[in-house]
Order: sequence, then C-alpha cells, then structure tokens
Amino acid sequence: MATYLEFIQQNEERDGVRFSWNVWPSSRLEATRMVVPLACLLTPLKERPDLPPVQYEPVLCSRPTCKACNIDMPALIKLFPSFQFPPAYGGISEVNQPAELMPQFSTIEYMIQRGAQSPLIFLYVVDTCLEEDDLQALKESLQMSLSLLPPNALVGLITFGRMVQVHELSCEGISKSYVFRGTKDLTAKQIQDMLGLTKPAMPMQQARPVQPQEHPFASTRFLQPVHKIDMNLTDLLGELQRDPWPVTQGKRPLRSTGVALSIAVGLLEGTFPNTGARIMLFTGGPPTQGPGMVVGDELKIPIRSWHDIEKDNARFMKKATKHYEMLANRTAANGHCIDIYACALDQTGLLEMKCCANLTGGYMVMGDSFNTSLFKQTFQRIFTKDFNGDFRMAFGATLDVKTSRELKIAGAIGPCVSLNVKGPCVSENELGVGGTSQWKICGLDPTSTFGIYFEVVNQHNAPIPQGGRGAIQFVTHYQHSSTQRRIRVTTIARNWADVQSQLRHIEAAFDQEAAAVLMARLGVFRAESEEGPDVLRWLDRQLIRLCQKFGQYNKEDPTSFRLSDSFSLYPQFMFHLRRSPFLQVFNNSPDESSYYRHHFARQDLTQSLIMIQPILYSYSFHGPPEPVLLDSSSILADRILLMDTFFQIVIYLGETIAQWCKAGYQDMPEYENFKHLLQAPLDDAQEILQARFPMPRYINTEHGGSQARFLLSKVNPSQTHNNLYAWGQETGAPILTDDVSLQVFMDHLKKLAVSSAC
Amino acid sequence: MNVNQSVPPVPSFGQPQPVYPGYHQSSYGGQSGSTAPTIPYGAYNGPVPGYQQTLPQGMFLFLLSDPPASASQSLPVQCEASADFKGLPGSQPFGSPLAPVGNQPAVLQPYGPPPTSAQVTAQLSGMQISGAVAPAPPSSGLGYGPPTSLASASGSFPNSGLYGSYPQGQAPPLSQAQGHPGIQTSQRSAPSQASGFTPPASGGPRLPSMTGPLLPGQSFGGPSVSQPNHVSSPPPQALPPGTQMTGPLGPLPPMHSLQQPGYQPQQNGSFGPARGPQPNYGSPYPAAPTFGSQSGPQPLPPKRLDPDAIPSPIQVIEDDRNNRGTEPFVTGVRGQVPPLVTTNFLVKDQGNASPRYIRCTSYNIPCTSDMAKQAQVPLAAVIKPLASLPPEEASPYVVDHGESGPLRCNRCKAYMCPFMQFIEGGRRFQCCFCSCINDVPPQYFQHLDHTGKRVDAYDRPELSLGSYEFLATVDYCKNNKFPSPPAFIFMIDVSYNAIRTGLVRLLCEELKSLLDFLPREGGAEESAIRVGFVTYNKVLHFYNVKSSLAQPQMMVVSDVADMFVPLLDGFLVNVNESRAVITSLLDQIPEMFADTRETETVFVPVIQAGMEALKAAECAGKLFLFHTSLPIAEAPGKLKNRDDRKLINTDKEKTLFQPQTGAYQTLAKECVAQGCCVDVFLFPNQYVDVATLSVVPQLTGGSVYKYACFQVWCEEQVGGLSLEGRHVALVIPFALTVHVASGIRAVDFFGAFYMSNTTDVELAGLDGDKTVTVEFKHDDRLNEESGALLQCALLYTSCAGQRRLRIHNLALNCCTQLADLYRNCETDTLINYMAKFAYRGVLNSPVKAVRDTLITQCAQILACYRKNCASPSSAGQLILPECMKLLPVYLNCVLKSDVLQPGAEITTDDRAYVRQLVTSMDVAETNVFFYPRLLPLTKSPIESTTEPPAVRASEERLSNGDMYLLENGLNLFLWVGASVQQGVVQSLFSVSSFSQITSGLSVLPVLDNPLSKKVRGLIDSLRAQRSRYMKLIVVKQEDKLEMLFKHFLVEDKSLSGGASYVDFLCHMHKEIRQLLS
Repeated sequence: MATYLEFIQQNEERDGVRFSWNVWPSSRLEATRMVVPLACLLTPLKERPDLPPVQYEPVLCSRPTCKACNIDMPALIKLFPSFQFPPAYGGISEVNQPAELMPQFSTIEYMIQRGAQSPLIFLYVVDTCLEEDDLQALKESLQMSLSLLPPNALVGLITFGRMVQVHELSCEGISKSYVFRGTKDLTAKQIQDMLGLTKPAMPMQQARPVQPQEHPFASTRFLQPVHKIDMNLTDLLGELQRDPWPVTQGKRPLRSTGVALSIAVGLLEGTFPNTGARIMLFTGGPPTQGPGMVVGDELKIPIRSWHDIEKDNARFMKKATKHYEMLANRTAANGHCIDIYACALDQTGLLEMKCCANLTGGYMVMGDSFNTSLFKQTFQRIFTKDFNGDFRMAFGATLDVKTSRELKIAGAIGPCVSLNVKGPCVSENELGVGGTSQWKICGLDPTSTFGIYFEVVNQHNAPIPQGGRGAIQFVTHYQHSSTQRRIRVTTIARNWADVQSQLRHIEAAFDQEAAAVLMARLGVFRAESEEGPDVLRWLDRQLIRLCQKFGQYNKEDPTSFRLSDSFSLYPQFMFHLRRSPFLQVFNNSPDESSYYRHHFARQDLTQSLIMIQPILYSYSFHGPPEPVLLDSSSILADRILLMDTFFQIVIYLGETIAQWCKAGYQDMPEYENFKHLLQAPLDDAQEILQARFPMPRYINTEHGGSQARFLLSKVNPSQTHNNLYAWGQETGAPILTDDVSLQVFMDHLKKLAVSSAC
Repeated sequence: MNVNQSVPPVPSFGQPQPVYPGYHQSSYGGQSGSTAPTIPYGAYNGPVPGYQQTLPQGMFLFLLSDPPASASQSLPVQCEASADFKGLPGSQPFGSPLAPVGNQPAVLQPYGPPPTSAQVTAQLSGMQISGAVAPAPPSSGLGYGPPTSLASASGSFPNSGLYGSYPQGQAPPLSQAQGHPGIQTSQRSAPSQASGFTPPASGGPRLPSMTGPLLPGQSFGGPSVSQPNHVSSPPPQALPPGTQMTGPLGPLPPMHSLQQPGYQPQQNGSFGPARGPQPNYGSPYPAAPTFGSQSGPQPLPPKRLDPDAIPSPIQVIEDDRNNRGTEPFVTGVRGQVPPLVTTNFLVKDQGNASPRYIRCTSYNIPCTSDMAKQAQVPLAAVIKPLASLPPEEASPYVVDHGESGPLRCNRCKAYMCPFMQFIEGGRRFQCCFCSCINDVPPQYFQHLDHTGKRVDAYDRPELSLGSYEFLATVDYCKNNKFPSPPAFIFMIDVSYNAIRTGLVRLLCEELKSLLDFLPREGGAEESAIRVGFVTYNKVLHFYNVKSSLAQPQMMVVSDVADMFVPLLDGFLVNVNESRAVITSLLDQIPEMFADTRETETVFVPVIQAGMEALKAAECAGKLFLFHTSLPIAEAPGKLKNRDDRKLINTDKEKTLFQPQTGAYQTLAKECVAQGCCVDVFLFPNQYVDVATLSVVPQLTGGSVYKYACFQVWCEEQVGGLSLEGRHVALVIPFALTVHVASGIRAVDFFGAFYMSNTTDVELAGLDGDKTVTVEFKHDDRLNEESGALLQCALLYTSCAGQRRLRIHNLALNCCTQLADLYRNCETDTLINYMAKFAYRGVLNSPVKAVRDTLITQCAQILACYRKNCASPSSAGQLILPECMKLLPVYLNCVLKSDVLQPGAEITTDDRAYVRQLVTSMDVAETNVFFYPRLLPLTKSPIESTTEPPAVRASEERLSNGDMYLLENGLNLFLWVGASVQQGVVQSLFSVSSFSQITSGLSVLPVLDNPLSKKVRGLIDSLRAQRSRYMKLIVVKQEDKLEMLFKHFLVEDKSLSGGASYVDFLCHMHKEIRQLLS
C-alpha cells in the first residue's frame, strides 16, 4: 500500500498529524473492536518553512454551538452545512479564494496583531551546592546563554542552596539579593510581599487578583532585559560562590530546590502571568530540605529506589510529589514552563519533580555533570534558531480540538494540562488527560508531539452515507518566540468506512508506527499510576486481540498465523516496548524512568519509534553501512555497530575490530581503509548528536567493554547462555539474560492469537 | 516684734542662719568645752575630742554627724556629738570654700541686701526675736495656717544662720519654746534654751564667739559647713526672728517657699503633729507645692532653714577630696571605708578588692539579722567587675594554674583567695566561706611560715591580692570547647527617618574609623574580633563583605516573621582583611537607600538575626543596633504607640515601664544563651517605647543610648558616637557568681543581666561601665572575729577569645554595735542601691508607693541612729550620722528624679530610658546623676588648670554675671547669666552681646583665646570622665530653655512638685520624730 504510506507521509509533513487509522470505522461498536483506538499524533508546531503566516485574523464559525471553528477547506464547508460566510468573505470568487479555502492549506497560521507584546522571560534557578568545577561549568554555560537570548528578553536569577536568593538585577554597585529560608513554604502572596512586589496600596485591592498589565514593568527589579544588564549579570554569575554553609562529613548539602522553585513560580505569577516565561532549574542533587525534600541530609540513608517505592518505603516521595505538582499546576495556570536540568551522578529527585516539566511543557535534561558536553550542548541547543531566525520555542499555547459530531475527544497525552473545557465533543471515556476539548501547553517547540485520542460515537444503526468524511480541527493559539500571538489551525478530514464491508480498506489504512507509539503512550501513561506488570498484561492483551482481529489464521494452528504488511511490524514494536525502560524499571532508577518517560511523551513519531526500538547500523568491509536487526545475532566480531536508542548513541567495535584497533592498524598508512571504517560510524554518530535534543549520551565501546551493556541490553536476546549451544555455530554474541527473545515472544503470541480460549 | 522688724536684714540672713545654729551649737560646745569661740573652725579637727567632751552640753540643736575618725575614737554615745564637731572640721575646709561662698553672697545679694553686718544685727535681733515671736506667727500663719508661728520661727533661723543664729535660734525657741517641744529640746540641751527666753541670752554670749568665725563666714561658706549637721532643728528656733526677717526676705520668694515647708514640719514636730503642714508632707510632695504657692503670695513670713546651714554635698565632697585624695588607699585592712567616689585617689591592693571594683553600703555588717533589721540599712555591694583603672594602677594579674585550673573549695566552689586558711603545715586549707577543709594539691603545696602564712604568699596574686584573674580551663567553657573570638555586628536602621536626618551617612562615616578601635587584647596588633553589617527597615539586608569580593553583596531577608541568617561565610570578617570591601560598603549604604520611602521598621527580627548569625558562627558577640522609630511593621515584636500621659500618678503608671509584649523577654533569654549582648542606639523623633526596646539590652548586659531629635548638622554628635564606640564591650562573660561567707547570702541582684534562677547571674556581655548590685541578707549570726567575706567571680571570654575568671575579694567587719554600722556606711553606695531598688519597684508598684517606701526606709535608718547611737537630745533636733548626713539630700534627688516624679516635659521614653540606665550605673555615676555638678566658669583664675570647685545645685547659687557648666553624666549645660561681661561673651561665643548668643547652641566656636580654650577644654575633660557622650546645650538666663536647666538644680523645689532640699529635710525630720515617738 505504497499509496497509503505516501499519504501518511504527506499528511505528516503538511499537518504534523499521524493517525492510527486513516480510514475510520463508522460505528462506535466497530471502532472499539479495532483494539487500537482512533487517535493521532499531533505536532502542532511542525516546522513548515513553506507556510507563510497569514496576516489577518481567522474567521470564526458563527454558529453558537460550534463556537470557534475556523473556516477552512472547502470540504469542511460541506461538513458544516450551516456554516455561514461572514461579510468579510463577500468577495470570494473561484479565482480569489482566501488561503484557508485552498486545499493545500489544510494547515494555516495566523498572526494576531492585537494585544501587548510581552517579552520572553527566562528565569534561571541555579543550585549552588555543586562541586567547584561543576559550578564553574554551569556559570560559563549560563553566561554564554546570555549572548544567545534575544536582547529584549527578560532574565532573572535565583540561586539556592541552604537558602534561596532572588537576585535583584537592576542595581548598580552592590549586588543585591533577597534571601529566603530554604525550609519554609511560602504562598505566592507572601513571596510577592517579601520581594516587595505588591504595592503599598495593595491591601485595598486584595480582593482582585494581581493585575500585572497595569504595571507591567513596575516589578521588574528581578527581571531585566538582557541588553541592559548582561554585563552585570555576567559579573554576578561570575561571582557566584558555592553554597557557603558547611557540609559536615556524612551529610548531603542542604538544597532547597522545593522552595527555590516555589519562589520562582511565585515571582513570575505575581509579575508576568500569562506571558511566555521559562523557569530553568539547574540542580546538581536532590532537594534535601524544606517542602519538596526528596531525601534527608544523612548520606547513610540513600535516596529512594524503585524497590523502596514498591515497599512504600520512600518517606518523602508523596509529600514532595504533591508539592511539585502543586507548583506545576500553578505554573501551568500562569502559562509558564519549567525546565529541569539535573546533572549529578546520583538521582536528583526527577521522579518527584517530573510533573514540573511534564505539565508545563518544559524540558527535562539529565546528565552526570554540568561539566559535560552533554549538558553544555543540550543547553545551547535550546537556544537554536529556525530558518527565520526565531527561537524554536513557543509559549503559553492552548490546543483546541474540534470534531465533527460523529467523533468525540477522549483525551490527550503529552506535555499539557487540561483546561477543563467541557463541550459536546468531549467524551466521557478518558484516555490520557481527558474530559476536555482544550489543553494548555505552556512550552512547546517544533517537535513537541501530542497523542490525541478520539472515540467514534456514531451508533451502528445510524450509518454514515457513503463517501462521508469525518473532520477534526486542531486550533493552537500560542505565543511565538518573536512574542507575537499566533494561531495555527490544522483541519483534518478522513473517510468513514463500514467495517463489515470495508475491513480491507481500514486494514490497509492502519498506520502501525503511529499505532505503536500511541499505544505505547497509553501504556506509559498507565505505568505512571499502575503497577508495571498490570500495564504489561494490558499491552499483551491488546496485542493479542489485535492479532486475533486482523491476523489470518486457522483456529488452533499457530503456524498458520499471518499478519498483513500493515500490521507486520506492530508485534515487534510491542516486544521492544515491553523491554524498554518506559515500562521496565529494572536497572533504572526512578529518576531515569521519569526522564525516559518524559521524553517519550513529547517526542515525535520517528524519535518515539527509535526509543521503542533502537536502530542498529552495522559497518564492515563487506559493504556500505546497513541497518541490521536489533538482535544479538548482529553482534559480530568483524563489525562495528552503531546503535541509536535516542538517549544513547553506542558505537561498538566487534572483537576483531577491537583487536585491530589495539594493534594500531588504523595508524598505518597501508590500512587506511580500516581507519575509514573506524571513522564512518563516528561521523554518523556525530550527525545524530548534532541534530538531537536532548543530546544523547555518547558511548564508544568495544567487545567486552563494560559499556557494551548498553548494546547488549537492547538487542533481542536471540542467543543466550540458555540456547547458545542449541543454536550451534551461528554467529553472534550470546546475551546473558533470562529475557525471552523475540522468537519466543512471537511463538507465544501466535499460539495465543489462534487459541479460541482467549 | 518691733525689734525684729527693725532688723529686716536679718531675716534675709535668716535663711543662712539655720546654719549657724548648728555652728553655734558646735561653737557652744567648743566654748563650753574649752575652745575659744573663735577657734571653732580651725579647732575642729583638733577639738574633736574636745567636742566629745562638749557633747554632754547637748548644745547640738540640730544635726549631729559623726566625724569618721573622731567618731571611732570617741565611739561612746557621745560620738554623735563628736560627729557634729567633725562637721565643723568639715567647715574648715570650707574656709577655702569661702571663695565659692563669695559667690553665694553674690547670689543672695539680689535677694536681699543683708550683708555681714546685718548678720550681727540679726544675732541681736535673735534676742529680740523671742519677743517678737508672737507677732511672727500670724504672718507665717498666713502661709501655713496653724504653723504660722512656726514659720516665723523658721524665719528666725535664717537670722541665726548669720551670726546671730544662735541667739536667734535660741530666742525663737524661747518664745515658741512653750509651744514647740522640738525647740525646747534643743534648748534643753543648751542651757540657754532651757530657760526659754534665757537662751537668747546665752545666745548672746555665744554670739560673740560666733562672730569671730562668722566674719569669715559672712561668705556663708563657713556656716554652711557646720550647718549641715544641725540643719533641721535650728529653723524652728529661728522662727520668731523669721517673722522679722521675712520682711526683708520678701524679695526672695523661692527661699521662703522652700524654707517654709521645711519649717513647717519642724514646727509641726515641735508643736505637735496636728499642724497642717504635716499632712502635706505626709502626702508627699504634692503638698509641698501648695506651701510654695502659699508662700508665694506672702513671701514675707516664712523664713526658714538656711540652705547653707544644712549638709552640703559640695562641702562633703570637697572635704573628702582634701582629706583623703592625697594618700593612696591601701586595702589591707578589713572593713575600711574607702574615700568617696568623687575623690581621686590611688588604690594599693593588699588583699581586698579596690573600691573601684566593689563598694558596699556599709563596711561593718551587723552581726545579727535583728540588728540589721533594726537599722534598716540595706546591706549591698555594688560590683563593677571590669572597672577601668587609672594608668597608675596595674590591672589584675593573670594566674595560670595550667591544666588543673583554678584551685577551689570542694564544697562551696569558692576560689582560692588571701582569706583561705592553710593548716596542717600547708597540706590542707580551710575555706574561708564555708569552713570546709580541702587538700592542697601536691603541685600547689608550700610550707607555712611561723605565722601560718604560706611562704610564697606574696609571690602568688591569689594569696596576696584582692583582685586577680585565673586562666580558665576547658571545663569552664560552653560545650567544653574553647570559645572563638567574639564578633560585633552593626545593624543600621535605613528607614526614611534615618536617611532623612542624615544618621545613616554619619554612621557609615563613623563606623569606618571606629573599626580601627575595636577592643583588642593587651598588646595585640589587631583585634581578633570579627565584624558584620546589617541594615534594615521593614526587611533586613545582610552584607557579604568577604575579602575576595570586588564589591560587597547585599542579601535581603524579608521573612521577618521567621528570621534566619542568609549567609555564613563572608558575613563576619576580619576588619583588616576585608577593609576595602567594608569601606566600599559603608560608602554605598547611604547612596543605596537615599531615596527610600520605607518608614516602617522592625526590631525583634533584627536582634534575632544577629543572634542567629552568632549562633551560626559559633561565637559570642555583641550587636549594635542603630534604631530610629517605633517598630510598627508587621513582625514579631510589633509595637503600638501606647504613650499615655494620663496614666501618670495612677495605679497603671507602672505599665509605662513594662514591656508591651513578652516577645522581647523571650528573645533576650535566647540572646543570653548564645552570649549575644545587645547595645541599642536610639535616634527617635517621637515615642519609640524605650521601655520595651530596652528589655533586650537590659537583660543581655548591653546599653541603651538615646539621642532625641537627632540632627546631623549638629556634628558634635559625631564625636559622641565615636566616643561611645570606644567604650564598646570588652568581654563576653558567661556567668557571675558571688560567694559570701556563711551567715549572709546574696538575695537580690540589680543590673543589666538575666537571671534564670535566683542565684546565678547570667551575662551575655559586660563592659567596664556596667555594675551589678547585690543585696545581702543574714542567714545566721556573723562572727565579729572573722568578719564577712565577699568573693565575686566573673567567668568571661576576653576579646581575644581567652576564657578567664576574674576574682574580687572583699572582707568586711562585723559589728555588734549599731554605732559601728553607722560609722562605716557609705551614703553614695546606699543611694545607688536605693535608687536601683526604687527604679525596679516602679515596674510593679505605683510610683507613689515606691516613693513612700524610700522615705520610710530612710526615716527608719535615721531614726534608728537617733534612737540608738545619738546622744540624748531634744526631739526637735535632727541628728544625722556623719556618714549619712547627705542621705536626705541625695534621697530627695532620687525622689524627685524623672522616674519617680515626672515633670510635664519629661516624656515616657525618657523616664524609661533613665530607669534602665540607672539599673547598671556605678556609684560614681549615680552620685553625679542624682546630684549634678555645677561648675562656675569665671570664678577661678583663667590660668588655673584644675576644675573649678563646684557649687550647690540651687538657683540661688547662680550669679547672673557668671557662667556655669552643669553636668550629670548624661546632660551638659552651659548656663550664661544675663549680665555676663561682654568680653567674656565675645571671647567664648564670638558674638558681641548676650542677646546674640544662640540659645540651645550645642557647639562652642573654636576661638583662640584663653577663656574659650579653657571652657572647651573643661567640657572635653568632663566628657572624658563620663562613659556617655554628653551633648552640650547652651542655656541663657531667662530663656525658655532655662526651664530645662532648672530641672537639674536639685536643691530647689522642682516644677513637677519635687520638694526642695530644705523642705525635704524638714519632712524627714518629722518622719523621724514620728518614728521615735
């Protein structure tokens, strides 16, 4: 079905949308039997260099129930028969159509000229309980970042350790900062009072909320335009000292991350609500005091592990999580986002803090040290610019989804929060964050991708006429990094099909990649709140049911089982998903799991697939580099392997290659080809490293190297110590694991699928 | 009558006359005894014994005071009499005082012309007076009512005060004698008196003798000396002449009014308690004023005690200075009464602590508590453990006993001292406090000589000196860790008020130089003390001044409800290392807040912050708060303006002295635990509730300094700050323990410190100006042989962080005779104690009750003396022990002080301020504080470099052609008489006439002429003598500022109703007589 593949690809490129099903089952009952829900992956801000923003404002559907539909493709007009053109369109003719009426503009971007443009805000929240060189590296990174910020952007600085310091940037001479105790939780009001943000007359106005618009710059002592204070701030950063409070032997430094974040949130809340702002938290360890504390300061008590959590032994986890959730929700309500840059060898409490990034669309970056290129480059990459010279970030977005009446919205999974907008098109069944047709996305970039789940509500007995199409419109309001408000509208229409008669069509229109990612998101979403095994079982059941539904087999005859091309890869994805760190916590710390899941929930389809099933390339003298199976059999002595798991780039030298390498052949002129061979994967890896955000961990290892575990843990253990000899002299490397291999998995799947018992 | 009238001048003298009566007595005594009448003054010293003989004569119509030396000799009952004589000797010195006397006449002149010649006449008149008495009464009666006759009598006294005093005095008695028992008594003693009228006759003969002395006495100086002793009774005698006198006296209303009350009581006493005036006294002073007013209308009748006839503080001070200022005071002998605090003397430590460290109310302690109760003399010691010494005296030796630490008694923990008794050949010692027998550690063993003294006694300070120090071992340290050097934290109010007045700018400038004067140990090159800086208004700003920084960093803490210290490293720094950063900070602070609008301030959080900082730095230290306004910002310790003058003289008045909330006490307690001493400098321009704000400094051993209406233009104050800065605390003590020998125990403590229980004084800080007053009570009978021992041990950390113990030992005598007690008292110390006692009392009792208690106690003390020690004499005589002859005048000063009797212009803050100041004052400070020094400027030759002799604090001593400096340790006035020479005005103020002098001026222009130099030099030297900077105020005569000045003329009746000295003395006499009857 090349045509479908092309169609899917085209749609993705144009609209940033991939549906699990590209032909929709026309009845509710049929839809549920399809196992994989009707859903899509939406990349709202997909970069479209070819898409000129429209300089006028969108026209809205005037029907009250439809409320805010933007007009769009002509097809849409048919779908919304009652649509009435507003007077502005009086001059429409066949030759002079507005852009939104042209088919190629299923996605259109409007620029809104109204409203005050508020500058971008970057608030650095910096941990000072760092090792000297770490702090130095961080300071340099921060100083560097000042040069990358747009000159009119506002910056602020909060540092914390045992105390929290909010630095005033406006003053000359003495550097001034407001200090807060790191153990005391303060309300936003208190924080604003203490920072002197409330005006003296405030008591009388207490009734109404802070209205920053009245005095947008009155309280900017802490947030100053970069161009005004970059020298000052550079010096200030340069003078940052490590937290001066002594840390006795056997203790962790006291780190007041919880209060620092709370103050950052409170500060922005009071000064710039509903303006694009980024709180960037740089932390080098776990919060050890105050609200949001994750671990005590006694070193002999280690930070919680999955084991502790299962045993309900994590003393601070619930309270801390609650604290950060509260902060995240407040931040989201204000339209700000929180980034977390956590660089430490041990855990830093990402598990508890994850919601800050997850709910607000902030970034989460995890590294070993601020003094690594991983952090430095990742941080730098945040400030990269697109082809227009704008930052690749957007703020304060709302995503509004509208559907034609046969569909309802079940929910969304991604870095967003619900705006709790109920409406006729909101389903009662929730998948992900549901119960609403609008979400708030405080920070997003061109790759931010949301899984949006729908429910077909058309009843079986009310068939949709032949050739009928369902339509979905995504309306994304956001603040562009140029501080303009923009609206991007994407309208999608797909054909309805009757399952009974047109199952083939539907089957052919299945996008197994999108489906795998969407199902994976659902699974990961569940894993956040449910026990791991339950989620696996649920995934398994879904897979079996899908195979039963779409497989071709004879009952009770596993060998007869076949899947069509459009489904053939799906079980394999599921196999790897089951083994992925998103669902397996074994060997991962809670922080790592949170980190992986965070990225899984926001990356686009391609990246998500890489995360589920890493890509493995093989380099050898036998030919050009080729992708090979993610299988232990691919690990051969005379190959160099390059594995990309999204989070890691592993270059693995086979046994022989490694020996040659040690022998120094690459340095001998006569073996220049060997040198080239060695260089090839490095170059390719570099390419990936350059493009990816966050920058992956780069691992260069060889046969027998300790770091080889990254590779070995990912590949399908087709050869293990259990079956090594049974497989005889097959090439490849045995993996010491009890995990089932893909083959075993597939065998079981076939067996279960054909079994009538299930 | 006629006669009297004819002698109008006499009355004017009449006032002084009362003095004479005293003299007369003495003189009489002398005469009768053996001495020639003329001799009296000169003879007094010698005569003393003679006087004793004379005593029986009982001539002492008035006060008898014990001469210290003679008293001891003449001890017998008669000693009182001898006392009188001594008083006379005192008068000799007055001979020199004559010069001042000269002034006095000048003063008097305005009032009335009566010159010396008049005096003579007065004497004569005295004779007549008796006859005149009858008429006199009516006139006086007008003023006083029933006592009128008495009043007249008083008038007569003045006459007597002059030459004729005796005769007069006697005379009046004669006339009144019938009516006035008091007088009669006196008469009885004097043969002349006995015969009623006859006495005048006797007076006559005496007169001649008197006249001799009088001549010099014209100046009054002579008489005044003697007078003190006799004060009270004479007046009544004088009464008759008084009437006569009044005529002339008329012009002197103040005198009259003053005298009248005085007389009245006497009269009452003499005539009978029923008299109207008495009740007045009974209802303390308020009544007195009424008299005054009465007298006002009819100035004529009431002539009373001659102020010169009553004991003069000036004279006493002068005498002591002359008698005892030359010889060093050697402390070897037990129970010696040291020279007065006003005397400059050297101390040689020979086993007892110098009086600079400890002064006692009495150096002879009654053996039994019954005796003590009878005498009512409080047993108290005023201890100033870190008193600064004159350069000639060595500071205490430091004894290092190595690891074993100081040697102590095992049972009572007293430290080794010269009184410990070594026995058994030196192998053991018996504790002198608890008699416990302890082993002498081997390394401390030493043989005894034949007297039982250790051979090395003179090599070891702890065996031979009264004061010395031990190096403390680690056992004496908090948490068993040697302390780190203390830290000073400067905390500056930067609210609008402070900025506006220029305070902040000034402070910052001053601090820069002050930092060079941080206390340092001995010869150390630089101070070990670290410093930190905080500014604050509604929030606090801490500064990081770490030496490595290019610029100081400010850290704002706005969470005042829950104070904490935002930084550790870089907050407390070594001055020299961080000098550049600190200078930069101090330069910038005024700029940073230049346009502040913040008017609200906090207080408690500031101290809390400082304390937390010290806690974090694990050291003790001192906070210096520079504060301007009532802390009304929302924070712990927030205060309301509760200044309510309506409460004065009600039962709720005490609330004005109590803190508003308990937060301050709690905080102080925490501070003490941390060793955090707090000094508060207040610069208020309105009510700041000193009563509350001073709680923390008070309990932590700090000080409060108050500068009302601070304005920077008055640059003099710059000097003030730096001066006080240099007086900054030296040490951070931990505890003060007072050991006393068994038989007595310390029961009460006064001073700036905190007590968590009833016996241990906990001090967060102590400096050389702070004293602790300890009161003792009997536990048991004391042994006359062994005396009473007192050991004060102060455990402290020196400014270099060294832990030390300072020990002061003092041995007192014990007595079985009350007379011994009275002979070895020290009035200044007594007043110190009583003032502190009273000032604490106002916290809990109505002020009136406190005043009454004081009066009653004083009366009891004196009555006990009169009853048990004085020779029998008429009830009309007021007899004062020599050592306590100033008790009434000083007590009166205490009673009319701002705290106990506020004037209309005294703010609640000022009262609270003074109240807490007095609590930790030493004896010298209370002495001058309650009885200010009044120094005439142009009387002594301009070349003389010594301080001019002081004059008594009374308006009548002021000459309008002269200028005076008045100082009381807190205030400094320069009073300029209206008719001062133009040349003087020109050379001092650089203006051409009196009218051009700016009233209220606080800086004298620097002019290059001898007078200007001298005056400025004098002002400087006065300031140097006091621990607090005294702001100068120039007051012109008849100017409205003069009211303020007059407030300090404590012998006069005060506007707020305080009695004049004379009145009070009479009242006291009445009280005593009531007690005796």
